[in-house]
Amino acid sequence: MAGVDKDMLAQFLLRMGDNTLILGHRVSEWCGHSPVLEEDIALANTALDLLGQTQLWLGYAAEVMGDGKTADDLAFLRDAWDFRNLLLVELPNGDFGQTLMRQFLFDAFHSVLLGRLLQSSDQSVREIAEKASKEVAYHVERSADTVVGLGDGTEESHARMQAALDLLWPYVGEMFASDDIDRAMAAAGVAPDPAGLRDEYDALVGKVMAEATLSIPDSSFAHKGGRTGATHTEHLGHLLCHMQWLQRAYPGANW
Amino acid sequence: MTHPTTEQVWDWLHQVPDPEIPVISLTDLGIIRDVAWQGDTCVVTVTPTYSGCPATSIINLDIETALRGHGIDKIELRRQLSPAWTTDWMSEQGRKKLEDYGIAPPQPAGGPTRCPHCGGTHLEKLSQFGSTPCKAQWRCKDCLEPFEYFKCI
Repeated sequence: MAGVDKDMLAQFLLRMGDNTLILGHRVSEWCGHSPVLEEDIALANTALDLLGQTQLWLGYAAEVMGDGKTADDLAFLRDAWDFRNLLLVELPNGDFGQTLMRQFLFDAFHSVLLGRLLQSSDQSVREIAEKASKEVAYHVERSADTVVGLGDGTEESHARMQAALDLLWPYVGEMFASDDIDRAMAAAGVAPDPAGLRDEYDALVGKVMAEATLSIPDSSFAHKGGRTGATHTEHLGHLLCHMQWLQRAYPGANW
Repeated sequence: MTHPTTEQVWDWLHQVPDPEIPVISLTDLGIIRDVAWQGDTCVVTVTPTYSGCPATSIINLDIETALRGHGIDKIELRRQLSPAWTTDWMSEQGRKKLEDYGIAPPQPAGGPTRCPHCGGTHLEKLSQFGSTPCKAQWRCKDCLEPFEYFKCI
């Protein structure tokens, strides 16, 4: 682990933890609103896993930053421009199909990435990935099944899933848009350069979409600005208003 | 001052029930990874089941309460992430108790082998997720009863 720039390592950890935090929060918005009880429970469980992983990633990020902050400080006291999550995960839930399409597009990336992080040169990254990858194996199995079930379902469900894929596909490219932080992590053996994960991702997503009878849009256009923090969508601020309200209104509140 | 042996501490921990599935103990679940004395501090190493499992903090509290109840004052709980918890660490006794309680124990095949109620083998999965992160929902097509299955992880 010699020679890793601490600031860059912290940025990498924020990207990991912010993805799971923001998606976990989004998915938790379904609690009590899903079409059927089993799906409600499944979404809540997925959100819980993601929030658990967030504690590990942001906990380690706080440790690396070394300025006495905690995972909670990072989650509740940063504003939108300091978040490093993919734009995909901050998008609104839409209908149930759109939520599950977003989940699958992220789970596929998450599972491929965590698989590589098992070989990280950083022991903490390796250990968190080992824990998280077991949970994510269940996430991707379920979201893929649901995408296939709804895509290859009724005329109505098929149309909604195709619309969800058309809407969300332009947010996939950001996952693989490497920058200096990624190159530094790759050079130190901490994490793979995400650009190198694209083929594996496309193979997995292509197989599931084919089974779901859905067509992947023929465009490589990608919305960017989430993982660098440069340009989040307007949706993130609204999400943070809900998520951070209590700590903003009553600083230090605790139970 | 002499302190209790680690075997004695393991024995006490064996009496601490899992907060969500109280028929099995923390040692049945396989989440206690080590017990050791460092000077006069009893160090208990615990691994979480699922990273977001809300029972984790209750489990830590229950361990402390139990050991304090046996007169141990200095307790340190250590979280160990790796090797990640696996249902392979669940004791035989724990599996038996789960089944008696109505929860099908984890199986290497990835699904239950029989209904914990009637022993039927015509089973179907309802959902990969159940009332806690560690369980899935299944149904027996013989007795028509739903049941929970402790997922393999």
